[in-house]
Amino acid sequence: MTDAEELRRRTREFLAAHPPATTDRLDFLRARFDAGLAWVHYPQGLGGLGAPRSLQGVVDAELAAAQAPDNDPRRNGIGLGMAAPTILAYGTEEQKRRFLKPLWTGEEVWCQLFSEPGAGSDLAALGTRAVREGDQWVVNGQKVWTSGAHNARWAILIARTDPAVPKHAGITYFACDMTDPGVDVRPLRQITGEAEFNEVFLTDVRIPDTDRLGEVGDGWRVAQTTLNNERVAIGGMALPREGGMIGKVAQTWRERPELRTHDLHQRLLKLWVEAEVSRLTAERLRQQLVAGQPGPEGAGMKLAFARLNQEISGLEVELRGEEGLLYDDWTLRRPELVDFTGRDAGYRYLRAKGNSIEGGTSEVLLNIVAERVLGLPAEPRTDKDVAWKDLAR
Amino acid sequence: MTDLLYSEEEEALRAAVRDLLTDHCAAPDVIARGESDAPHDLALWKSLAEGMGLAGLLVPEDKGGQGASHRDVAVVLEELGRAVAPVPYLTSAVVATEALLACGDADLLAALASGRTIGALAVGLHRAPGAAFPAVRLEDGLLHGEITGVADAAAAGVLLVPADDGGLYAVEADAVTVTPQTSLDLTRPVATVRLDGARGRRLGDAEPAVRRALRAAAGLLASEQLGLADWALTETVRYLKERKQFNRPVGGFQALKHRLAQLWLEVVNLRAAARNAADALATGEDTDISVSVAQAYAAPVAVHAAEEALQLHGGIGMTWEHPLHLYLKRAKADSIAYGTAGAHREALAARVDLQAP
Repeated sequence: MTDAEELRRRTREFLAAHPPATTDRLDFLRARFDAGLAWVHYPQGLGGLGAPRSLQGVVDAELAAAQAPDNDPRRNGIGLGMAAPTILAYGTEEQKRRFLKPLWTGEEVWCQLFSEPGAGSDLAALGTRAVREGDQWVVNGQKVWTSGAHNARWAILIARTDPAVPKHAGITYFACDMTDPGVDVRPLRQITGEAEFNEVFLTDVRIPDTDRLGEVGDGWRVAQTTLNNERVAIGGMALPREGGMIGKVAQTWRERPELRTHDLHQRLLKLWVEAEVSRLTAERLRQQLVAGQPGPEGAGMKLAFARLNQEISGLEVELRGEEGLLYDDWTLRRPELVDFTGRDAGYRYLRAKGNSIEGGTSEVLLNIVAERVLGLPAEPRTDKDVAWKDLAR
Repeated sequence: MTDLLYSEEEEALRAAVRDLLTDHCAAPDVIARGESDAPHDLALWKSLAEGMGLAGLLVPEDKGGQGASHRDVAVVLEELGRAVAPVPYLTSAVVATEALLACGDADLLAALASGRTIGALAVGLHRAPGAAFPAVRLEDGLLHGEITGVADAAAAGVLLVPADDGGLYAVEADAVTVTPQTSLDLTRPVATVRLDGARGRRLGDAEPAVRRALRAAAGLLASEQLGLADWALTETVRYLKERKQFNRPVGGFQALKHRLAQLWLEVVNLRAAARNAADALATGEDTDISVSVAQAYAAPVAVHAAEEALQLHGGIGMTWEHPLHLYLKRAKADSIAYGTAGAHREALAARVDLQAP
């Protein structure tokens, strides 16, 4: 029902009714959501118009031209990229109405309570327990690597609700209120000096059953929606040429001829080509999605992104020579945003080390490609048919 | 933005070429032909060129061709690479044809487009676009000299020869001596072309014609390399699902799975780079950079794919009987053809302003 022309018209009408220059930012964002122009591929009433996802660009271009405020999506990457598609896919009508609007406007930031000290790559082994008491769940356990927990109002949480069945079957998915008194967020300092991540201790946290997403025991399947979206979000951003980390080192190369050596030149050119090809692959993936032919290519994007970021930033530190011996600042900070290309080369080098660990290690992703894309057999497993409580740990 | 996908027509073209090759380009025959006196499969060439009209894809309809684009040629080359088909398609329907398009020679262009005449550019296969190339001596209107490493020269009816007056000359094959060289790549053999006072017809200026021809060749070779790498990956995955050691399929061992997944990633990347180069050649936008990016990336990936395929096949991969060696030899020769990856990276350094020290 909605084509590009119709969307352009709607957006212009909306802008006429809510002039960005004289409308309060939050009022503008809320009204944009209500007009279905937040994410046009979402259903009507939930910030969208049920239009093809590819048409979002039409709306965004009109809004940008009118210098309208945006919802600062980088501040709520987990909310927008992971929680929202999961809520849309598995939430009740009531949950969708409750959560999606403040999530999209940025009034409510979300974080992700998935990984645990004893459940990293083997996420399904998680041990945080949720026990039912009437119409509530009581949650106890420890989560880790939680980006932005210190700013979050809500969390997507997976917890064990049945230890007597095999590990994948006993997990349930919840929306967790981060203001619950049982939630204790502690900074976890990283090799960069920052504390972008947290440990989150959950002690008798009470979650109403109405904040459960999906069926009891179906949490693993629900989490797949979240994780697939995470990998697309981390690896699949469309960029112009030299748009990523390669742009930084190329700029240094151009501005600082005294740093150049033949060896670095060869390595730089090789990485430049690989970064450009990776960009083309992301663009091709985007075109496939727009054309409605999603391919398995997305599974590989994060792998390439991680390796390139690491190699490029490593080269940049070396290129800087004596300056490469320095670091801008080790002060413990609590950043609001995660910016892989921010700060100095040394920071980029250290932060990029996380790219092959967060959101699925590169080793796990290679297994996923091998098994799901290439159809190669899984390793023999000893944990599939064993009750979680009987697993070795 | 560049269109990096395949259209329905392009997929239909692929299916038609693949059907033909499945029926008429069986691996054992290709292996046997490689060592024979007739390394080129001219019956297959006839089916592709005359039967399907594929030799004239780059030639406008009013000049006797199909008026298609580099995107279609790229799809044909993917399939030819997948089959390591011993036909002079890249050399005649792309390289010689592009040179003639630059010179505007209507008769010869129409002859090549029909497929009845096979053309070869008398420039060594290893020459990169933009690099210097040797010219033969023009004396009293006759051509003298020797050019080595000319791909598919043995199959050619006409040679396009650069001379030292700056001209490109059409020379009939029976006016020169073509001596096959023992070639690494059995399916695209090179030969020496010797001219002892050969008569030629001046077509136009050599430099722009050769540059244009080699640029298209380098860009479209990436699609052949893609087809080749895709075959190596697919065939290896298939084999490793079947092959059992230690009482289980060896494809289930993580050490091998990771190598194949890594290779898959490289093939996915190569597809984007090759489509981008084909599209850039078709539209004329951002062409030099797109071609060099594709060739700098494609050559190592195709070689890596063939080498991984060989290692992961184990002993059977070392046999003459298994077709894998044809792919390895083609991939390695392709990594030199129309400029090495390093030569294309060097070209990029100037084009994207990343100058050497």
